[in-house]
Amino acid sequence: MVQYSRTDFDASFAALSDATRRGVLERLGRADASITDLAEKFHMTLTGMKKHVDVLEQAGLVTTEKVGRVRTCKLGLRRLDQEAAWIERYRRLWDARFDELDKVVEELKRKEKVDGRKKRE
Amino acid sequence: MDARRGNEPAPMKNRTTVERKSERELVVTRTFNGPARIVFEAWTRPELFKRWWAPKSMGMSLRSCEMDVRVGGTYRLEFEPDAVAFFGTYLEVTPHSRLVWTNEEGGEGGAVTTVTFEEKGGKTLLVMHELYPSKEALDAAGTGAADATVETFEQLDELLVTLGASVGRS
Repeated sequence: MVQYSRTDFDASFAALSDATRRGVLERLGRADASITDLAEKFHMTLTGMKKHVDVLEQAGLVTTEKVGRVRTCKLGLRRLDQEAAWIERYRRLWDARFDELDKVVEELKRKEKVDGRKKRE
Repeated sequence: MDARRGNEPAPMKNRTTVERKSERELVVTRTFNGPARIVFEAWTRPELFKRWWAPKSMGMSLRSCEMDVRVGGTYRLEFEPDAVAFFGTYLEVTPHSRLVWTNEEGGEGGAVTTVTFEEKGGKTLLVMHELYPSKEALDAAGTGAADATVETFEQLDELLVTLGASVGRS
C-alpha cells in the first residue's frame, strides 16, 4: 500500500541538497509560514523563495495553500506517509494473525462436522 | 447455493483493513469463513488463541498465554524470547458477539479494545475497535508520526553529509 519509489527519494534528496531549503523545512517544522514571511527571513526575493518552495512541494516535503493573495506553506505529505507506513505495518501484523486464525476456524469447522456426524449416528 | 464446478479456483483470501477513524481510534476489519460461535471460540480459548496471536510469519512466538475470559477476569500474554508482556482486564464478554478488554501494559496510555462478531450467511464479520485515551497515546503506539518525520529528515541530512564527504574525497 505504502511505497517509496526511487523517484520520491531522488526528489527528496534533490530538495534537501540545498541549505536554504533545509532551513525552510526547519522553520516550517515550528510553524506554518507564507512565502512572503519565508522570503523575508531568508533575505530572498519572492520569486527566489517561490522556486525553493516549488522544489520542496514537488518532493512532497511541503504543501501550500493559497487563501486570497497569501500562499501559506506547511510541512507536507511526508508526515502523512509516516502515519500510513505504521498503519500498514500494523495491518500486516493483523493480516498475518488473521491468516493463522483462518486455519483455526477451518479446523474447528471440520471438527464440528465430524462431531455432528457422530451425534447423528 | 450455486453449483460448483471442479475447476473452481480456491476461495479468495479475505481482506484485512485498518483505518484511523479519528484521532483516538483505530478500526480493524476482517471477514472469516465460519460462524460467529467458532470465531468467538478462537478468541476466548487460550489454547486456540495462542495458535494465531503470535504468527510465525512475523517472527513471533508466545511463551505463555493466560486468559480468564469473564467480566473482571484478566489476561496476560508473554512473548518469546524477551518476555515482553501484554496484559489487561475483560470489561465485557457477550458470547459469540462482543468482547471488550483493557490494555494495561502501556500504563495511562493504554487503549480499550472492543471486538464484535457479526454473523451473516455462515460468515463472520469481525470488527476490532481500539480507543486510545488521547491522540498522543495513539501516535505513541504507532511510532509518533511527527517525531519520525524529524528523524527522517535527520537521517537524510546525515546521509547527505556522508555522500558529500565521499564525493569530496574522490
